[in-house]
Amino acid sequence: MTERRTLTRRGVIKGAAAAMLATTGLTGLAPRRADAGTTELNMLSWYGHAEPEMIAAFEERHNVRINKKYYVGGDQMLALLAQSPPGTYDIVLSDREYIEQLAAAEMIEPLDPADYPFDDFFPEFQKMPGHWQGDTLLSVMIRFGYLGLSYNEEALSPEDVRSYEILWNERLAGKVGHFDWHLPNFGTVSKALGHDAPFDLDAGQWQAVQDRTFALRSQAAGFFDYGGVLSSLRSGQVLAMPGIGDWITGVLRRDGAPVTTVIPDEGGLLWAESLSIGRGSRHPELAREFIRYVLSPEGQVKTATLEAYPALLPTKSGWTALADRNPEEAERQGMVLNGANALDVLRDGRISLRALPVQQSLEDWNEAWSTYKNL
Amino acid sequence: MHATNATLPPEERTAPPGADGAIFARLFRSARLYAGSFALPVLVWQLIFFVAPLCFLVAMSFWVVQSYRLVPDFDTGNWARVLGMKVFWDAYARTFAMAAGAAALISMLAFPVTCFLAFRLTPAARRLAMLMLVVPFFTSYLVRAYTWQVFLADDGIVNAALTAIGMQDLAMLNTVFGTFVGYVTLCLPLVILLQLMSVASVDRTLIEAARNLRCSPMRTVFRVVIPASRVGLTLGATFCFILVFGDFVSPTYLGGGNAPTLGILITDFTKAGNQWPRAAVVAITMIVTLLTVAFLAVRFAYRKTGETA
Repeated sequence: MTERRTLTRRGVIKGAAAAMLATTGLTGLAPRRADAGTTELNMLSWYGHAEPEMIAAFEERHNVRINKKYYVGGDQMLALLAQSPPGTYDIVLSDREYIEQLAAAEMIEPLDPADYPFDDFFPEFQKMPGHWQGDTLLSVMIRFGYLGLSYNEEALSPEDVRSYEILWNERLAGKVGHFDWHLPNFGTVSKALGHDAPFDLDAGQWQAVQDRTFALRSQAAGFFDYGGVLSSLRSGQVLAMPGIGDWITGVLRRDGAPVTTVIPDEGGLLWAESLSIGRGSRHPELAREFIRYVLSPEGQVKTATLEAYPALLPTKSGWTALADRNPEEAERQGMVLNGANALDVLRDGRISLRALPVQQSLEDWNEAWSTYKNL
Repeated sequence: MHATNATLPPEERTAPPGADGAIFARLFRSARLYAGSFALPVLVWQLIFFVAPLCFLVAMSFWVVQSYRLVPDFDTGNWARVLGMKVFWDAYARTFAMAAGAAALISMLAFPVTCFLAFRLTPAARRLAMLMLVVPFFTSYLVRAYTWQVFLADDGIVNAALTAIGMQDLAMLNTVFGTFVGYVTLCLPLVILLQLMSVASVDRTLIEAARNLRCSPMRTVFRVVIPASRVGLTLGATFCFILVFGDFVSPTYLGGGNAPTLGILITDFTKAGNQWPRAAVVAITMIVTLLTVAFLAVRFAYRKTGETA
């Protein structure tokens, strides 16, 4: 007798269950088990900071595994933290302007300044506004960079980009790109208008910033995310972009693209990234060790040359180590202790800290940005 | 060995000749139950993955955001704020116009191709052509959009070709034109396939009758082929409208965020201030619009001839 194969209900259900189990296994939804004896640290950061180039040495030395969760933008970081129970993240990497909110929402632990090598910091960075509340340390600065005017060197000369004015020049009609975030765009226009505190604007100044920005609309090639910024500058589709910096053009230059960033005469902005220990961390001592590792000459060199985006270093020993191990990159970024260097623009007083709007709400700025895009 | 009636599942039992109708009724009922049990997962699926998230979306549109945390509430402020924004209505009108324009344009581009496939090819060649129309879906739409950048950029392949034949460069990338190139990439194969289902099954005797009555080819298309394939044409245009109305990829990566659409507005809300409730308001207005359009389109497609829409 031959068996007849028919589609039965039970068969279908069994098949579906097997398929579901297989899918679960394949997509890794099943719980992962750590190796015995290995501690796990959870890190929340911008893209690229928990790649092997940065963390492998630390992981090996301390028999620890760092689990990463990357975010795009401070708002997403705050949202992720707000939605997770305390203790979810041991290490939090954040932009300077969000530290105050992290502290206010009790998402990070206060730190002991004696644990970190502040003596090794350049004086400008020893008491970074926003990283401290009075004498309480909230976050430790690890790297920074400037935002100014990025441009294509084959299309524009250094003379052209002495001032942000070039953005409104008809030579750049349809060739000005925007990184799709209101803060650096309005911030640089505010600098271009000569506002010393570019984010602390009264109603009249804020209106002027909007008017001046809106006048740029016919020049705008488009509004890009990180990938779009890279590809549009690389292809020459965009010839100038305000409010970005070496964190973009440095990456492109590695690939040989003829783009660079300058701080025009009107000045630029400073961004700073720092590390904090998450509230309720189960391994605060290891998290502290990690911060110390990033501030060590070894960690500083790694973070300065991070594959995802390069940055300047706040420590003197970091500069020395970089000049020693990667003189080309030290030269390119201007991290040389003798002679003209990357700190000169800061010491000239032309740089303002990138910050959240003081007199308007973030919502107002965001809606103004949406309005600009819709013009 | 022989299976007795009692060991067989009900639907396989044979009724002895002369059995009364009650057995058939039972058999029918049980068969319906059997079929129904297969339909049940679909229903459960729809409830879990469509109705429940939709209800959640509606509920979330009344929540508030307090220092980046979503707090359940019943606050109509999000609706008032979003519906009171000029930017929202600008984007709405623009998105609707672009979707309607794309549906009309892509339907018109697709129709000659469909007619060629339906009337000029042998069935075997048509099957091959249909397979070819499915091939574009093997590659992610995002990748295909990025690929267009290479062609449409200011110093891209198209402009290089134009320059070579002595023509002026054209700005294509980061324009509405670029966005529409993306829409055509997304929708054209699907619209052709949907049109083909109807056009290929138009009764050939009707076309021959028209020809015998000395109707011109153009007139045959407009008076015979198009009315007879209304269902496929309408569904094609509707699917196109739906896909384009919600598309985020083309306006962002080929339109450069110029002429921002509702999809871009949603990301603006979520990126700044974690305003998911306001993004939900935009999403709900989009869903209501799409449901209305789909409902009207289906009614139009399947109305009986002679009825008005």
